[in-house]
Amino acid sequence: MSVDSASQDPELLRRLLRAKDRMDAASHEDWPVHRLARVSRVSEAHFARSFKEAFGVPPHRYLLTRRIERATALLRDTDRPITEIAFDTGWKSLGTFGRTFRDITGESPSSIRARTAAHELGRVPACFVSAAHRPNLTIAVSEKRRREAADINGPEQKEVP
Amino acid sequence: MSQGVQEVGLYVRDQDEALAFYVGKLGFRVHTDVRNGDYRWLTVQHPDQPSLQLGLFKPGPPVHDEATAQTLRAIVAKGAMPPLVLGVDDCRAAYERLRAIGVEFTQEPMNRYGNVDAGFRDPSGNGWKMIEARR
Repeated sequence: MSVDSASQDPELLRRLLRAKDRMDAASHEDWPVHRLARVSRVSEAHFARSFKEAFGVPPHRYLLTRRIERATALLRDTDRPITEIAFDTGWKSLGTFGRTFRDITGESPSSIRARTAAHELGRVPACFVSAAHRPNLTIAVSEKRRREAADINGPEQKEVP
Repeated sequence: MSQGVQEVGLYVRDQDEALAFYVGKLGFRVHTDVRNGDYRWLTVQHPDQPSLQLGLFKPGPPVHDEATAQTLRAIVAKGAMPPLVLGVDDCRAAYERLRAIGVEFTQEPMNRYGNVDAGFRDPSGNGWKMIEARR
């Protein structure tokens, strides 16, 4: 049931883009659907579905990728404490931040920090470098966790028919 | 006559609206504005950069079939066109001035390694970074 976003009304897409821009500008803030829907001037029910059609990911997952992208940049480019970065990028607890970060990137915040900065992107304007490091979150974090758990637990977990 | 890039085009949803934005708000000048039926060749240029024209083109016939035009309109409206960069002398001053006249900013001015950059969009959805380079 894939929906071709080219069939969406460009005026609607432009307003959905505004909601995406607002998340980009303030990814540390809470973005419940009713707030995003108001930015795009559509109903809440219409918003989540239209956003996913337009941008390929549900709005809350898009927000997660932006938070992780920003946290990654701060870990790489600053020496601020990880706790401070977690709260500044929108997480309510260090535990949730660390777990989500690992689930999405496959690395812990401290190990990302330990790796050196991406010198090869030194000639790209800094505002675009960050986007180049955005995690490509094609499945839900919960699904990612489930699959990894399944890999670890192995096939014995499967039901025998 | 020198060699080099002379014209780069953008897709816009409405050429009158784009003209009002690029000329009326950003301060570009009209270079060429000619029509042939439904087709309109519209280019503007930055006052300090007469060697480069920025084309403001509307997807549609006779250049595109309707399905292609719709795809292009959707891509622009989703902000999926490549990044554009406008160099300025004073990013914060330009931000204040442009915001006051209704330019839609997506990012406030930020210091990055001595450069200051801000982000805005044209009415169609094309995204610009406005960068004040370190001197």
